[in-house]
Amino acid sequence: MTMALDKPRSPRRPAARRSNFELASWLFMRISGIALVVLVLGHLFIMNILDGGVHRINFAFVAGRWADPFWQVWDLAMLWLAQIHGGNGLRTIINDYARKDSTRFWLKMMLYVSMVLILLLGTYVIFTFDPNISAD
Amino acid sequence: MSDTAITTGKTGARGTLYRGDPGMWSWVAHRITGVATFFFLFAHVLDTALVRVSPSAYDEIIETYKTPLVNLLEVGLVGAVLYHALNGIRVMLVDFWEKGARYQRPMLWAILGVWVLVMIPGTYFMMQRTVTEMFGG
Repeated sequence: MTMALDKPRSPRRPAARRSNFELASWLFMRISGIALVVLVLGHLFIMNILDGGVHRINFAFVAGRWADPFWQVWDLAMLWLAQIHGGNGLRTIINDYARKDSTRFWLKMMLYVSMVLILLLGTYVIFTFDPNISAD
Repeated sequence: MSDTAITTGKTGARGTLYRGDPGMWSWVAHRITGVATFFFLFAHVLDTALVRVSPSAYDEIIETYKTPLVNLLEVGLVGAVLYHALNGIRVMLVDFWEKGARYQRPMLWAILGVWVLVMIPGTYFMMQRTVTEMFGG
């Protein structure tokens, strides 16, 4: 079979300058994915399905959970892994569908700013949670 | 659509092997459920952050989660995340299991079966209270 295929790579490509970032990203999606299956499905099961689900959630419920370092670590790990996993997924989607360089650039800037904001805010809340905060 | 899936899927000589295959739609659904979950996560961290403002501010916003419409959206969220998780496991099996690529289609039917089996009791427990309160009991 003599099917002419375009050469997939330019012979002049500077191979030495290639990084392994996309490989690391691909691998991270899988490793974090395995952890998130447990963390997120466990979270959803406890919060939405187990005895009464969302109807029993209030400030006192959160205070009870975050009194236990186990759930603090669980939520912190879930926050960071989910935010980076989801952010990396959105980065891939922006790269796929944005047609103009400027659109792609600004969408990714918005994405990265929102990721940093959510990670910092979420981490701050978990570490500084005060069950005796003044009630009003 | 399914015609193309069969012809391209089997022959593979013309066109692509993948386009129109159920596997392609599983990829589309993976992206949609992933993006939806990402946007929910953004809102969810903001609403949880209200525990640093005051108990009443947090309780007030959490009450909206208990309204019938939002309760229904939660079923949608759990369904989206569950699909994304199950299909993610399928993707990893395709990547790392030597027979994964060959069984990608039966694995898709398997995860959809698991999804239905989990979502039936899951929806029941999530909607039970809302439905009882709305229609008496």
